[in-house]
Amino acid sequence: MIAAALPSRAFGQAAQIAPAPAAVQAATQISAPALAQSAAPLRNALAVVVLDPSHGGADQGARGSTGITESDVALSFARLVRISLEGQGLRAVLTRQANDGPSFDDRAKLANGQRGVIFVSLHVSSTGQPGTVRVYSLPPDNLPVAPRTGLLPWDRAQSGYLELSRKLAELVQIQMAQHFHGSPETPLVARVRQLRTIAAPAVAIEVSSVSLPDRGPLDQMGPSFADAVARAVAAFRVVYESEGR
Amino acid sequence: MSRGLKATIAILAALVVLALLALPGLRQAIQRISKSPKSEQEARREVMQAPISTPTDVNVQAQMYWLSPTTPGSLAATSVQIPLSADSVQRAKQLLNALIVMSPAPARRTLPADATLLAFYIQPDGTGIADFSDELSTGTPSGILSEQLAVDSIVQTLGANNTGIQKLKILIHGQDAETLAGHLDISGVFPVSSAALTAAPAMGK
Repeated sequence: MIAAALPSRAFGQAAQIAPAPAAVQAATQISAPALAQSAAPLRNALAVVVLDPSHGGADQGARGSTGITESDVALSFARLVRISLEGQGLRAVLTRQANDGPSFDDRAKLANGQRGVIFVSLHVSSTGQPGTVRVYSLPPDNLPVAPRTGLLPWDRAQSGYLELSRKLAELVQIQMAQHFHGSPETPLVARVRQLRTIAAPAVAIEVSSVSLPDRGPLDQMGPSFADAVARAVAAFRVVYESEGR
Repeated sequence: MSRGLKATIAILAALVVLALLALPGLRQAIQRISKSPKSEQEARREVMQAPISTPTDVNVQAQMYWLSPTTPGSLAATSVQIPLSADSVQRAKQLLNALIVMSPAPARRTLPADATLLAFYIQPDGTGIADFSDELSTGTPSGILSEQLAVDSIVQTLGANNTGIQKLKILIHGQDAETLAGHLDISGVFPVSSAALTAAPAMGK
């Protein structure tokens, strides 16, 4: 019970990061021998993280009564996460750089056109316990079986990545539970529209919430949020590359 | 004074007296209308969501899924006594209307108060098709959590009350919608079974 073991703290205040949890340690243990085995280039090296600040443009997403919008906060968080990932030597690409509103498919194209990519969609809800974070992957029942043509239908693109997405969600959720008290300890599944057309490991992260008197507490969460995502991606990189070998 | 003029004055005087007699009634009617202004949604609800009564109605303890009063971000079953039809379509309509209008408290609501169920059908393969008004989409709080809870409350309520529905397709104003309120994909069908009862997320302690 990681969250229960953490000291109670104010909204948005980051915890001292505990030693890596069992799942992260397990991921590291899997990878260490795998990485040591050979200096041959990895077939599935993780090269790019596509960060998706949801909504944008005319679509502000969730909107609080005091004017906080999901699209603004998600973009701020994406910028912070990019800095943290680049600090690890990973390339991070945003699906939007400013207040524009690419379609679901435009965002998917950015990920599906590359190899060695993972997709992280960022959201801020209008409900939920403030200061908590939930991580979602698609449920296994969501996608009909693709025909055996060797081609992946665009609208079922996620079907081949559900297990890897679930593992990524697990690692991110563990980090969020450590960083933000009250967050679930295990990831959730939901039919998040943006994830369905992504041909790569893909998760959605949702922060609560825009329903605050001011944006200060959300801004305080930003650096810890970015650190949590970066740590989870580092752990997932090991899993991803060992499975792609 | 001519006879015609006298008659005209008499008629006008009679009209004035009649108007004076009618004035208090008119004033009361205006006051009544101004006291209870009916929004377009309320007026629509009266027409669209009039209580459904069928010859096979029996009062039963229905299990309704609204937001949990104790565990944030999850649903809780609440027993409510309502008349339910033996006919599956009518029964589903009665349940969904009750889900909208009978929430025990505003904080436990999962569907917008001004949403209306426009139509409900059941296909031969057991797929229910629920057609809601635009307010389901515009009034549901935007977010993965809230949108999933809205759909889960519909699915679990139908699943828990012997409607015989196996799957559910949600339409918004007769149209296929990509998302409920910007996040949750409602382009497919949702399984309606006891398995759906595990879909509600559990929050950390």
